[in-house]
Amino acid sequence: MLEYLVPRASSYAADIDFLFDLITYLVGFWFILTLGYFFYLIFRYRAKDGQKAEYITGETHKQKMAIEIPHYLILVCDAAIIVFTFIVWTDVKITQPEPDEEIRIVAQQWAWSFYHAGPDGLLGTDDDIARVDELHVEVGKTYRFHLESTDVMHSFSVPVFRLKQDAVPGRVIQGWFKPIKTGEWDIQCAEMCGVAHGIMAARIFIEDAETHTAWVAANAPTMVANTPIQDGSMIASNLSIDLQLKEDI
Amino acid sequence: MADSAHSHDDHHEQSFWSKYCFSTDHKIIGFQYLFTGMLMALIGGFFAYVFRMQLAFPGSSVPFFGIVSPAAYNSLVTNHGTIMIFWVAMPVLIAAMGNYLIPLMIGCDDMVFPKINRLSYQIFLISAIILIASFFVPGGGFGGAWTAYPPLSAEAKYNSTVFGAPMWLLAVTLEIVAFLLGGINFITTVMNARAKGMKMYQIPMIVWMIVLASILFMASVGPLVAGAVMLFFDQTLGTAFFDPTAGGDPVLWQHLFWFFGHPEVYVVLLPAMGIVAEIICTFSRKKLFGYNMILYSSVGLGILSFFVWAHHQFISGVDPRMSYVFTTTTLLISIPVAIMLFAYIGTLYGGAIRLTTPMLFALAFIAEFLLGGVTGIWLGSSGTDIYLHDTYFVLAHFHYTFVPIAIIATFAAIYYWFPKMFGRKMNELWGKIHFWGTIIGFNGIFIPLFVLGAAGQHRRIYNYQHFPDLAGQNMQDLRIFATLSLVFMLLFQIVFIVNFIVSLRKGEKVGNNPWKANTLEWVAASPPPHGNFGENLPVVYRGPYEYSSPDHDKDYWPQNEPPVVKQSDTPA
Repeated sequence: MLEYLVPRASSYAADIDFLFDLITYLVGFWFILTLGYFFYLIFRYRAKDGQKAEYITGETHKQKMAIEIPHYLILVCDAAIIVFTFIVWTDVKITQPEPDEEIRIVAQQWAWSFYHAGPDGLLGTDDDIARVDELHVEVGKTYRFHLESTDVMHSFSVPVFRLKQDAVPGRVIQGWFKPIKTGEWDIQCAEMCGVAHGIMAARIFIEDAETHTAWVAANAPTMVANTPIQDGSMIASNLSIDLQLKEDI
Repeated sequence: MADSAHSHDDHHEQSFWSKYCFSTDHKIIGFQYLFTGMLMALIGGFFAYVFRMQLAFPGSSVPFFGIVSPAAYNSLVTNHGTIMIFWVAMPVLIAAMGNYLIPLMIGCDDMVFPKINRLSYQIFLISAIILIASFFVPGGGFGGAWTAYPPLSAEAKYNSTVFGAPMWLLAVTLEIVAFLLGGINFITTVMNARAKGMKMYQIPMIVWMIVLASILFMASVGPLVAGAVMLFFDQTLGTAFFDPTAGGDPVLWQHLFWFFGHPEVYVVLLPAMGIVAEIICTFSRKKLFGYNMILYSSVGLGILSFFVWAHHQFISGVDPRMSYVFTTTTLLISIPVAIMLFAYIGTLYGGAIRLTTPMLFALAFIAEFLLGGVTGIWLGSSGTDIYLHDTYFVLAHFHYTFVPIAIIATFAAIYYWFPKMFGRKMNELWGKIHFWGTIIGFNGIFIPLFVLGAAGQHRRIYNYQHFPDLAGQNMQDLRIFATLSLVFMLLFQIVFIVNFIVSLRKGEKVGNNPWKANTLEWVAASPPPHGNFGENLPVVYRGPYEYSSPDHDKDYWPQNEPPVVKQSDTPA
């Protein structure tokens, strides 16, 4: 059902949507059944003049079974949901497939910095491409990300990937994704991170191989001793946020 | 006890001050909690109105408030949550209902520790004043979400509320101290001061539920208090319990907070379930279906609730393998809740249902809480939680649990026990108008928010226009619809307030037992005098739910009515 609201742009988005649908059908069945019976009882047993209610304790074997049988059935549904949850969770969060490329993501109040591997395809080298609030990836490649935070808790959330991961200061958290659809979508910060949490937005650009190669070529640092962006551009980005905030206030 | 026994004999006039402000009478303390809670609910509701208006009409001036700045937005959201849980749900459901009802329903004259009881309210009042004061200090009220994750909550350089954050934390901690005192009182009173003849399995369900909730609260709150003290030191003394740059760990707070935070849900749920049990039995003239089963399920629920906390932290950077354990426990907790709800629905079977205002609210609790409960499954499953975590789906889910608990069940209780509290009935017609306005408004708010959450809208954002994928007009229309529904719902609360005040003076005068109910509070005069039952405390002969018994000619059989030996039962 989710695909009608948000496109699927990662390899595991369909799995998470499948789990969502499975839960919707199982839970929806029980919800409608219970609510329907509940309303039936309310209409069926309205008080009538001179008619006494029945005396039912709920303690006899037969009456207990009326509760126990549905709850065993619910237990079976729970078990099914648990099994499929384990499969999806293991795939998305536990297994870390061998990546084609790596990305370093740094969250801070209130901007995202993305360090792309650059023309040599290796992270941590001089030709890394650093971008604020812009993530460029190539469709069909498997990426491993290294997520950090410099100050408070943030959460790296890409709805089209169905991916979310908190960034914790003092830790580097790894995860992966594989884009399967080209386009441009939102990246959110999904954890309250301070005054300007509401504008900590970024964009993801999923490009085909040709466009992506062109982007890398056009943006690769030409200067050899180019240090990755540190303070300079961050100050710039914070300034623009201040301006944005002033506009909103 | 000695203290309260002494005060019963005092017949001289008490001043307003000593009667209403420094009373040790459980009923007055119950009212103090009830009215403070209702006043705080107005503040919390006003906050919701302001930030919903900002979301529906971003940037425009909100009537009665003005322009909502991002800092103000965060503070409103944070304090809305804090107030509704700690200063509305807790005082009204546990403290007000517990204080007012426990001595009346177990047939004794007062709480066993009346002075501790008074101290509990006084600390609670101070905590409320500190919280309200924190909105007006330089820097404004705390805006780091009600979960207060450090380092944001720990350091003023991050949260920019140098006074607001410590005051918020101090207020929450004091509030918890107040409820610890109250909880000790409830448990001791129920265990020691029951009417003669009242066996453990003849205690009315709501009393059991408040006792279980108090036990749950006391068992879960320790880690939070420890965490709060550490966080307070981090804020004010510069310690580094949660500061990773100096060797601390911010995730530790999340464990301490949620170890309390999840059982807390059941702490407020259980009294609400208790209220609903009393009301559906009275108005369907039926015995509660499976008293023991419900009781054991709620004990099981309580125990299980200590093993689910990390489902709030699936994606927080803790070891991903722990999700296997917490998904399992979280989905298993659906079983005791389902048993309880099935038993309540089973109670309706074969009944003689009268849809009075309290009954309507009690039935609405079951229907709405059912939706709140089942939507938890999507979130308890860690696979779908990756996507839904921190979206409006979560928000809609827990409002479908907390609004039935803190608002709908509370209204049910007020309409039901109002004749006992004040000797008059609330107006039924206006009560029903209030009911439909509340229920329609409530669903109108949160059903659109489920859709928005499923569409990826994340929480605590003051203006979605900054997110191109969320800025579409159809999503904005849903936000506006939710906001208008909130305004609709809030307007109908005026009906309730007017009905409440007018009924205090002009409501239909009723006798001691207007609903023909069985439990002991209906034996006392309406309103009950200081000391409740006068000289002779009631004696209990049977369980609280002997409605429509075949052994009795009337369709109710009060707990204190001595059994009549039937001819057929006497040996020939």
